[in-house]
Amino acid sequence: MGKKNLLGLAALVAVLLLIPHLLGNPYYLGVLVWCGIYSLACMGLSLFMGYCGQISLGHAGFFALGAYISGILTTKAGLSPWPALGVALLGNLLVAFAVGVPALRLRGHYLAMATLGFGVIIYVVADGNPFGLTGGPSGFGGIPRLFPKFSLFGLIRSDDERWYYLVWGIVLVFLALLLNMVHSRVGRALRSIHGGEPAAKAMGINSARYKIETFLLSAGLTSLAGSFYAHYMGFVNPPPFGPMLSIHLVTMVVVGGMTNLWGAIAGTALLTILRERFRAFHEIGLLFDGFILILIMLLFEEGLFVGAAKRLRGVVSRRRPAGLPGGASRQTAGEG
Amino acid sequence: MAEKSDGILQVKSLRKNFGGVVALDELSFEVHDGQIKSIIGPNGAGKTTLFNIISGVYPPTSGQVWFLGKNIGNIRAHVAAKMGISRTFQNLQLFANMTVLENVMVGRHCRTKTGFVRSALKLPGAVKEERLTVGAAMELLRFVGLEESAHRGAATLPFGKQRLVEIARALATGPKLLLLDEPASGLNLRETEEVGKLIQTIRDTGKTVIVVEHDMSLVMGISEEVLVLDHGRRIAEGPPRHVQKHPEVLKVYLGEEIPHAQSPEP
Repeated sequence: MGKKNLLGLAALVAVLLLIPHLLGNPYYLGVLVWCGIYSLACMGLSLFMGYCGQISLGHAGFFALGAYISGILTTKAGLSPWPALGVALLGNLLVAFAVGVPALRLRGHYLAMATLGFGVIIYVVADGNPFGLTGGPSGFGGIPRLFPKFSLFGLIRSDDERWYYLVWGIVLVFLALLLNMVHSRVGRALRSIHGGEPAAKAMGINSARYKIETFLLSAGLTSLAGSFYAHYMGFVNPPPFGPMLSIHLVTMVVVGGMTNLWGAIAGTALLTILRERFRAFHEIGLLFDGFILILIMLLFEEGLFVGAAKRLRGVVSRRRPAGLPGGASRQTAGEG
Repeated sequence: MAEKSDGILQVKSLRKNFGGVVALDELSFEVHDGQIKSIIGPNGAGKTTLFNIISGVYPPTSGQVWFLGKNIGNIRAHVAAKMGISRTFQNLQLFANMTVLENVMVGRHCRTKTGFVRSALKLPGAVKEERLTVGAAMELLRFVGLEESAHRGAATLPFGKQRLVEIARALATGPKLLLLDEPASGLNLRETEEVGKLIQTIRDTGKTVIVVEHDMSLVMGISEEVLVLDHGRRIAEGPPRHVQKHPEVLKVYLGEEIPHAQSPEP
């Protein structure tokens, strides 16, 4: 991770520490907790899509598995939340392996279809109430809290604040780790698979293996997000985990710029806040995702932030005398 | 099996069918350690198919490929690289989403080992390995004369320089055998000459090079041996001078005289 990223991390930490003191309404803090939870899933998906160049329309399945396994184990098996979260993570990795090994032999549209199918299967299973475990269409509640009430010498005043610090603390740790990873041999290997798989293989990169490992990593992060969802909500039911969640996750990654971990977080924050702002028009949410996806693909291939910045720079430099070489190539991957 | 042969690569009765099409037909030949061997032949002669089999892109239908005394017929591409076989591609396959330097650094992949965990934690070993990788890649860029372009996007370079990046990237894997698929196609006269010199320098550092090429002046200028293929079969093999005069080769390249079609004398 270079200087830029270190500065970025420091800035993000500062902003995150300031926010609770600036927000008057505790409801907004709750929205930011959701931003953090979805950011975890989107960072993983960004690795898989943006860096490794694959596609998944089934990550809602991993999200649901994380949420349901955590919920079921803590309410029906009497397990404590953290061990349950661990079991959910392991379960998700196993499922991701079983799904990934055959599915990742596919490419492009076929991979999209296969993963979409997986997501739908999980949704249908959750909806069908197998062995009375999932509660069927109405779901089940009573999922216990994830952590005791701590106050850190009176610094933390509400449950939402506790969640806020916990979730964003975890997001920051993973962001730092993944930033290191993408700026290394591993990140280059992933991007080379994106750039051209035959050449990557000829350079000694076991692309099949890297794809599965990245798929597992992203499934694991999504599982974590799902477990947090269950404990934060205290309640799970199928509708939020439908295929539209997968598409929503993809949209958040794409809006932020696929090959950019910062973008995954920024895109998630933007769309989550927008969704909350326009909550009254919930039905429009789906249309909204589709509209944004098309817009980004047409106008800002590299995501809203990088794309818009470059456009802006383009406008500025066009006013200057010509002949100055324009910044980095469109083709090179963003700082991520 | 490989009795008293100093061949780094032996191809034995190699056959490759694509459906009903026979791309390689019982092809056998040998490449000696430290030589430049060129493979020529008309389009569709099976040259690239041969490269793809040697570098593990797909397995042969039958026959064997021996590399350094091991049968590598069914090897997978990433394993071939690790064993010391590297290649370039006929239509450039640079990673357009990376810089020139990063492209060459990818070539070091099979000689380095930092994984997910060690890179995420940025352990001292990983940091050191990364520094060595940058150093090795820069040295190769100097070798092909591109160190100035190290931080440019690979796709922004002119075509001829992109070819050099591909060669540097292939060298970064530390190959014993280098397969160059039409290294001069799309290059002008001067660039072709430079690539020829570069290939000879690579040979002089102890590597074996197989070149598939259509540019005859390049082939005849640098090769110790030339293998001529047509319809997946060997029609001639030997030193350039020998091959140039071979009647079969002339027939394939210039066309055959058709005895009955001679115009009658008036």
